Amino acid sequence: MSKESTQENKKLFGMLAEFANPAKLMKAAKLTNKAGYTKYDAYSPFPIHGMDDAMSLKESKLGWIVLSHGLVGFTGGLALQIWTNSIAYPINIGGRPFMNLPAYVPVTFELTVLLAAFGAVFGMFFLNNMPRHNNPLFNSKNFERATDDKFFICIEADDSNFSEEKTEAFLKEAGAVTIEKVYD
Amino acid sequence: MSNTSAYVKEAPLVKGNHTFSSITALVGDIVEKPTPLWWYIAFGISNLVMAMMFVMVGWLIWEGTGVWGLNNTVAWGWAIINFVWWVGIGHAGTLISAILFLFRQGWRTAINRFAEAMTIFAVMCAGLFPAIHVGRIWVIYWVFPLPNQMQMWPNFNSPLLWDVFAVSTYFTVSLLFWYVGLVPDFATLRDRVKNKLAAKIYGICSLGWTGGNRQWQHYEKSYLILAGLATPLVLSVHTIVSFDFAVSIIPGWHTTIFPPYFVAGAIFSGFAMVMTLMLIARKIYGLKDIMTDDHMEKMNIIILVTGWMVGFAYIMEFFIAWYGGVEYEKFAFVNRAIGPYAWAYWIMMSCNVIAPNFFWFKKMRRSVTVSFILSIVVNIGMWFERFVITVTSLAQDFIPGSWAYYSPTYVDVLTYVGTFGFFFTNFLLFLRFMPMVAIAEIKMVMPQADVHNYDENGELLEDKH
Repeated sequence: MSKESTQENKKLFGMLAEFANPAKLMKAAKLTNKAGYTKYDAYSPFPIHGMDDAMSLKESKLGWIVLSHGLVGFTGGLALQIWTNSIAYPINIGGRPFMNLPAYVPVTFELTVLLAAFGAVFGMFFLNNMPRHNNPLFNSKNFERATDDKFFICIEADDSNFSEEKTEAFLKEAGAVTIEKVYD
Repeated sequence: MSNTSAYVKEAPLVKGNHTFSSITALVGDIVEKPTPLWWYIAFGISNLVMAMMFVMVGWLIWEGTGVWGLNNTVAWGWAIINFVWWVGIGHAGTLISAILFLFRQGWRTAINRFAEAMTIFAVMCAGLFPAIHVGRIWVIYWVFPLPNQMQMWPNFNSPLLWDVFAVSTYFTVSLLFWYVGLVPDFATLRDRVKNKLAAKIYGICSLGWTGGNRQWQHYEKSYLILAGLATPLVLSVHTIVSFDFAVSIIPGWHTTIFPPYFVAGAIFSGFAMVMTLMLIARKIYGLKDIMTDDHMEKMNIIILVTGWMVGFAYIMEFFIAWYGGVEYEKFAFVNRAIGPYAWAYWIMMSCNVIAPNFFWFKKMRRSVTVSFILSIVVNIGMWFERFVITVTSLAQDFIPGSWAYYSPTYVDVLTYVGTFGFFFTNFLLFLRFMPMVAIAEIKMVMPQADVHNYDENGELLEDKH
């Protein structure tokens, strides 16, 4: 994960700038956003509150994924119990009704929660494009500290506003401590 | 979970002038340092005890449930007691990770990771007992709604079946919650460890986490939703466990107070277990800056509160037995206090209702020795609570002619002891190979993490150092 990233024959992935602390990162992210860049991200060892607004990110859609999974769990759980105990093989158990809806509440609830939790976890992995082990950012030795105590912004070369000189000058202006090119 | 309130000055959650990187080093280096000798000794003992559990379970399956001390009158013994006890211990982990998260209690970050680990291993120990108590374990799959040659389906009217769904859902969701929390920390270890193989394994576990804000955004949403799901889940699980008893018509079991009373008891014993483990772990690994005496005090307050909830339930059960006027119910409760199992009842009362009162005093709440001893006393008491509920209600039921006294056999005892080996084997592996404190979350509650603590030029304000 720490190969030298200065091989010129490789494709440029983006410009990686390091910042000293969360406040400077936030300020730089705001500037990057204002400058019209869209393909960039702010990397930090922990979530920084207010960063979503600084980057003008839309609200996460995860809630809808969870809701849809929860509804599948709810209807599936209820249908399972009604079909097995009331339709497929009704058995008289102590004179209870064949369709004993109050007794179906616990299992319906559990299956709703179970499916919703699957939605919350695997939906998050899906939205985050995980698992993805071959990220070009991992070619940067310095980037290893993004999970420790350093803060980064990477503006990707795919961005329509990207130009090697201008982006580098922009990041320097935004207060970057170091700037490096990351290759794919 | 910022700590910026201008009105109430709170004690810092992390003590000792740490920086982000010193926190990473404090927790992350534990997995890289050479394995200490005590670990091998503890692991060896745990393995032997676990092996004993497997022998006992094997003997049970080979010979049948007759090797346990059950008789015709008392058909539920140590298996259900141990099940409820272990699963109750597990609930504190979810309480800390989910409910305290929803209440924005920043101090939870110090203990949530290993409390969640405790939950998972405790639920594994708990799950063992219902699985092996069925007698014919080779048809255990009948509890699941799987098509079979008899074309029969599980009885969804039965609380025992609800339990299957509740406990397996609980285990799965706890595991997912734990893993989601671990992903950023696995990434930290991936970038930190020097061993190539270890870096590769942590790398695979981290799923390619980069720490980009576009990831954190969905991550935090996911964590919040999981906390919101786990909160009603944990309450439902112990409610359903209490339904195993409360839905029956046995005097002493058939009471509506059971669900809240069981949940309070579960949190009570679970916090005590977290306390025991925390005091050992922070001593051995030198984590007193993260797991401070303030944490200990807050947990002791929760133990005191839930202890009194449980005490209130004990008293209320007696009141309702008298007030309800059912002859058998009245007898069941008087019999608990002065009958053949009075010794168990009074152990329960002293451990659960009397002992925690030491925590009214600040000095006691902040004393490591007192906290450690009482945490163990509470868990002994909570085991006896389940013993009292299960056995006293069955041993003397409606007809005196069918009364019997129940005693466990050596198989009962050794299986229970063996689950500790199983628990600690897992727990020691966790301490050795995983980040035992949530590194990213601890950094979040430090003053340097909050952008409001910086001036316009991006320098940390003087009083926030």
